[in-house]
Amino acid sequence: MSLVALFIAAAAPAAMGDPAQQARAQSLELEIRCVQCENEPISQSTAEIAADMRALVRERIAAGDSDEEIRAFFRRRYGDFVLFRPPFDARTWALWAAPLLLGGAGLVAILAGRRRRSAAAVDFVPEEGER
Amino acid sequence: MIAEIGAFAAALALALSLVQGGFGLFFANSEARAAVAAATAQAAAVCCALAFACLITLFVQSDFSVAVVAANSHVDKPLIYKIAGAWGNHEGSMLLWCFVSALFGAIFGGMRGKQSLGLWSRTIGVQGLVTAGALIYALFLSNPFARFDPAPMMGNGLNPLLQDPALAAHPPLLYLGYVGMSVPFSLALAALLEGRVDQAWARALRPWTLIAWTCLTLGIGLGSYWAYYELGWGGWWFWDPVENASFMPWLVAAALVHSAIVTERRGSLASWTILLAIMGFGLALLGTFLVRSGVLTSVHAFAVDPKRGIAVLVMVGVALGAGFGLYAWRAPKLAQPSGFAAVSRESMLVWNNFGLAVAAGVVLIGTIYPLLVEAMGGGLISVGPPFFNATVAPLLAMLFVLLPLGPMLTWRVGDMRAALLKLAPAAVLAIITLVGALFATHWRAAPALGLMLGVWLVAGGLIYLWTRLQRGAGRLPAKIVMLPLAVWSMSFAHIGAGVLTLGAVAETAFRTERAVALAPGEGVAFAGRRVTLIEVGNTEGPNYSATRANFRVDQANGSNTLSAERRFFSTSPMPTTEVGILSGFDGDLYIALGEEVRGGEGQWTVRLYHNPLVHFIFIGVVLMAIGGALSLVALGRRRSAAP
Repeated sequence: MSLVALFIAAAAPAAMGDPAQQARAQSLELEIRCVQCENEPISQSTAEIAADMRALVRERIAAGDSDEEIRAFFRRRYGDFVLFRPPFDARTWALWAAPLLLGGAGLVAILAGRRRRSAAAVDFVPEEGER
Repeated sequence: MIAEIGAFAAALALALSLVQGGFGLFFANSEARAAVAAATAQAAAVCCALAFACLITLFVQSDFSVAVVAANSHVDKPLIYKIAGAWGNHEGSMLLWCFVSALFGAIFGGMRGKQSLGLWSRTIGVQGLVTAGALIYALFLSNPFARFDPAPMMGNGLNPLLQDPALAAHPPLLYLGYVGMSVPFSLALAALLEGRVDQAWARALRPWTLIAWTCLTLGIGLGSYWAYYELGWGGWWFWDPVENASFMPWLVAAALVHSAIVTERRGSLASWTILLAIMGFGLALLGTFLVRSGVLTSVHAFAVDPKRGIAVLVMVGVALGAGFGLYAWRAPKLAQPSGFAAVSRESMLVWNNFGLAVAAGVVLIGTIYPLLVEAMGGGLISVGPPFFNATVAPLLAMLFVLLPLGPMLTWRVGDMRAALLKLAPAAVLAIITLVGALFATHWRAAPALGLMLGVWLVAGGLIYLWTRLQRGAGRLPAKIVMLPLAVWSMSFAHIGAGVLTLGAVAETAFRTERAVALAPGEGVAFAGRRVTLIEVGNTEGPNYSATRANFRVDQANGSNTLSAERRFFSTSPMPTTEVGILSGFDGDLYIALGEEVRGGEGQWTVRLYHNPLVHFIFIGVVLMAIGGALSLVALGRRRSAAP
């Protein structure tokens, strides 16, 4: 029963006809989390609610909403949990900054380590497997 | 009776591994007592093997008076899946963990080589304590031999989704990988206790890291392949926390494989190598905690039954606490590293480690961030593929830009100009790919850059092989045979990374999917082919019934038939999908069968996917694993060739 809904909902965009809209819908459906399932985006979930949410994505696209507007729409409706792309705010800045913070710390460590090392004379070292 | 023998053997193994730990750690200056530790390690491994054999026997006999068997097996299950059921559940998999840990301790104890007594003995000791910790958990918090009364007649079955050869092999491989990281951890702690490292120590570290990395590569690859053909939605990687839990130790193991080379050959980076070994095992334990505690579903689900989760967390805490504590205390005393220039093989390996370690850190933060936010009362948030694709992918991309340069540079001081000149053809090919892909995709930058990097890696790897073949005198076939295995292994692994990149980028960026309703005889045009539903019928399997649909696929070079099934197991309410996959040179046509359309005229819902170059992903994984295995063989040969 739920599967039928799923397939009908998924089949609907074929009628939409516009490949650009179709691509937008597919990529948005990968970012929006099925609220009932365990860690699945609505694109692959077989739950009935996921089919409804997919239909909603396509409805909003057909109505001319931008990707950002659609994300905001789902966020208002279901909360932050529904977005696999977490919003940038007071709670998540450390998450989004993590690559820069970790990378910066690594760079500092590497450069500090370089300075400590002495540049001794060159000696020959054979290639791997050559000795 | 068999269950009691198993429980007794496991308890005996616990006692033995505690003795192993005590003798190994506290009598590290006496040859005779260190030999006792090594012998005890072997006895503990035998006991663990006996315990695990007992568990398998219980599964084969379908002894449903044992709780684990009753909950996870079924009389109707084929024998191979009864056996696989022994490790396909929490309790059994923890016993497997203990067995592998004890086995690795025994093998390490039996292969001393040129290692100094203190380092060798202390490593056996730490490994004994690791095994003991795992056994305490297995015996007191998840006893696989617990009896169950009244015993059911049939058993509650294994999840039919899991009744699959790839998934039967997936957990043992992952556990070999996770537990494989315990030996580098033991070696690292032994080095810190001893206050020194030497070449023999680094040489002992490498094979264990390679075993762990190769098994993790294969285990993750199999899991991903299973998800691809079994889950029926055409995807292969979803940045699921469970996947991340195995990806983090993989990244660290990959870094460790490389840093250990520098430590062995140049004596540099010793303290970093030790730190990586500690973090790698810590992440493997943390992965076990994340997967096993239920904390991923929600912090609240974890709080309902926190006993096991807290126990694993305590183990993570003890291991990392001991590791980092010793590190902070002892690492500054380790020998000063020898120097190297900014352009050299060493410096490239430092950047390799930088990229892999930062990527592992980002995956870790992304995986646990929702838990932290929830625990601090910040509500529920999700961190999924868009975050990881936006952060980890660029990091790996930077790493891949530098990767082909590494092998082309010499140790100590490298010649960047000469390396770049040799790699020029690869760079030209990569740029042609970039421009071509930009045109073909109407200026989609991300996939074009990804394909460029894939070509750069593959071509760069081939050029490295070619430059190695040009050295020395003699005819080419003879030189191919004589080329050191270490060169082959590195080339396989690096080219494999390139092939995997090509497949991953193409599949992610260019896959197409479509859902249609078809009646027998009807067809639909899809991805340059015509797919026709021929017929739908029912078939019977050994313990399931199935609806099977046959399709004909017409394409330029002829037509093929393939079938897709939905299987119904009496033991499970949800049907499973068996997808039809038609592999071609350009990728897979992938068909999943849905349900009959209600109120339709005999129409069935069918999902069609075209996954371009998806086989490159799995070929890349296999090439990388071959690289790891060849490197192990190369190390083994060198070991036996050494005087």
